[in-house]
Amino acid sequence: MAPLPILAFTATTALGRGVEAQKTALIGRRSGLQHNAFGPDDADGAPLRCWTGRVEGLEDAALPTQWAQWECRNNRLAWMALQQDALLDQLQALVDRHGADRIAIVVGTSTSSIGASEEAYRGLVPGNDGTPAFPPGLARPIVHTVHSLGDFVQQATGLRGPCITVATACSSSAKVFAQASRLIDAGIVDAALVGGVDTLCGSVLYGFNSLQLVSREPCRPFDARRDGLSLGEAGGFALLERAGAGEAMGLGLHGYGESSDAHHMSSPHPQGLGARMAMSDALARAGIEAEAVGYLNLHGTATPANDSIEAAAVAGLFPDSLHASSTKGWTGHTLGAAGIVESVFALLALRDGHLPGILNSSQPDDACGPQIRFDDATSSIRYAMNNSFGFGGNNCSLVFART
Amino acid sequence: MTTLSATIEGIGFWSEGLPDWAAACAFVRDGTLAADAPRRPAPQLLAPNERRRAPGTVAVALEVAQQACRAAGRDPATLPSVFASMHGELAITDYMCATLADQPATISPTRFHNSVHNAAAGYWTIGTGAMAPATAISAFHATFAQGLLEALVQLAAGEEAVLLVAYDGASTGPLANVSPSTGLLGAAMVLSRTEREGARRIQVMLADGMPTPPDGPLAMHARANAMAPMLPLFDSLAARDPGAALDAGRNRLLRATLFDPESPHG
Repeated sequence: MAPLPILAFTATTALGRGVEAQKTALIGRRSGLQHNAFGPDDADGAPLRCWTGRVEGLEDAALPTQWAQWECRNNRLAWMALQQDALLDQLQALVDRHGADRIAIVVGTSTSSIGASEEAYRGLVPGNDGTPAFPPGLARPIVHTVHSLGDFVQQATGLRGPCITVATACSSSAKVFAQASRLIDAGIVDAALVGGVDTLCGSVLYGFNSLQLVSREPCRPFDARRDGLSLGEAGGFALLERAGAGEAMGLGLHGYGESSDAHHMSSPHPQGLGARMAMSDALARAGIEAEAVGYLNLHGTATPANDSIEAAAVAGLFPDSLHASSTKGWTGHTLGAAGIVESVFALLALRDGHLPGILNSSQPDDACGPQIRFDDATSSIRYAMNNSFGFGGNNCSLVFART
Repeated sequence: MTTLSATIEGIGFWSEGLPDWAAACAFVRDGTLAADAPRRPAPQLLAPNERRRAPGTVAVALEVAQQACRAAGRDPATLPSVFASMHGELAITDYMCATLADQPATISPTRFHNSVHNAAAGYWTIGTGAMAPATAISAFHATFAQGLLEALVQLAAGEEAVLLVAYDGASTGPLANVSPSTGLLGAAMVLSRTEREGARRIQVMLADGMPTPPDGPLAMHARANAMAPMLPLFDSLAARDPGAALDAGRNRLLRATLFDPESPHG
């Protein structure tokens, strides 16, 4: 594919707001995971016993009143993330160049603002016909549907191109790059605001808990003793523009690869076939050999199954010299936002030459190859890759490059 | 203005009383509902016990997807797919929220993994062995139009043929008042780049404007389902009308024109 310039990128996670906060915490090896204090309470009257990567200050960051209709934790995080790193200034320049009609919004999420629906169910009131009804303050249809995120971003930015919420679980905000790239290539738009936002909610805490995938300790990706994931929340965005239209920052999307495991709803393909297909396809679309990749940000959830299967798929494709790591020990698994957050981490590695290792892990798993690196490294690299895999066997790999 | 076009190789359809596309066409022609139509789709892709247990939206999505592939004569395993649904499975959202309010630790793991918006896409790829890419999107009232657009840009990006599946189900519990949707409704199309004799073509472009309230037979029949905004296109296809304007969100339309391929001797 023709490389697609990236004009701006940003992420807000448990590590802080904006890319400098991410960079500082990555270099300082400071985790954003804390003892979970997010409800609802378990049967023992306490929040679920685990560690979570929670974004500080969301509780006090109400949306501007003109957007009260979209008010909820997820859209608060969307708005907080949008305001970092002068992304909105760059977006305004894009609007000036192309017009609001010619810029798409493609954003990903897993659970969108279901936290608002959960809240409504905790506060049901008698309705007109006597049956339980949503409390009046939460009887706002837009926050109880998947497109809450895309619709809010459209409202907040005034863009008028196609506006889509991609919801393929944990691959969502990686796939947004692929869809935006196609919309630009087909000539439907000249640029796109892509991103993803997911926030902590009861559904994911107790849902992953029911699948016995949540660790009681901070997650330990690729460690032999790993026993599950830590959940996190995050939001991030990037601006993509047709090549040659504006001033590029020297970073671009060079390839994407998408595939399906066709195996199981919540377990990865045992041979990692879908993961391997997505990575191979992304390399092919970028027109590069596996040897050219300098950093791979892995999906690396720290569940026993994911990590060994992903490591085997990586070992089957890449030379031993590859530096591959999971950054989920810093942020937790941010689900539908993982694609954009870890794309931002890959872009930072390209920009700054700091390749993160893995946090919390110290005992290598013999099942994982030499590509998996616990320690950070410094290296000037040309290509970086990001893997995001989701429930339903939905896989996406992205190749970014510095030019 | 950029236009995109494709051949409509095959169509699948399911709504109450209209269990396939032939039944939908007959209904548009003369207003008759299929006699003894099943109350719930029973997609052959699922094992009999799974057919009963599967969420309604999964059942209807798989049923219409399979119909469309059969009509197109395409092997489902080879097709990339776009699954478009405004709400996903509302009954599971109702279950999840009610259980979390009451006894969070008792959430069913199966219902949790079925709660993802790409559940139907997941079951489809598993059932057909399709390792091709699958996506799942929502765009509120513009969900179908944006799904159609994504299918067409996949063709423009080089895919030979793409499967588009659109569906929504019934809302239950307190959620039903804020996210009203009744019954099951699904439609699917296999779209391809190459012209095929006897298969109509579709061309779309984005424009400003609001959709006019639809009054076609299918649009009236299933108007209470959240995927109803797709029905003007299927009314036009069934009646062999020249096109339809679909809600593309926020005062935007996706104008779809339907036409026969040029005759090879023409």
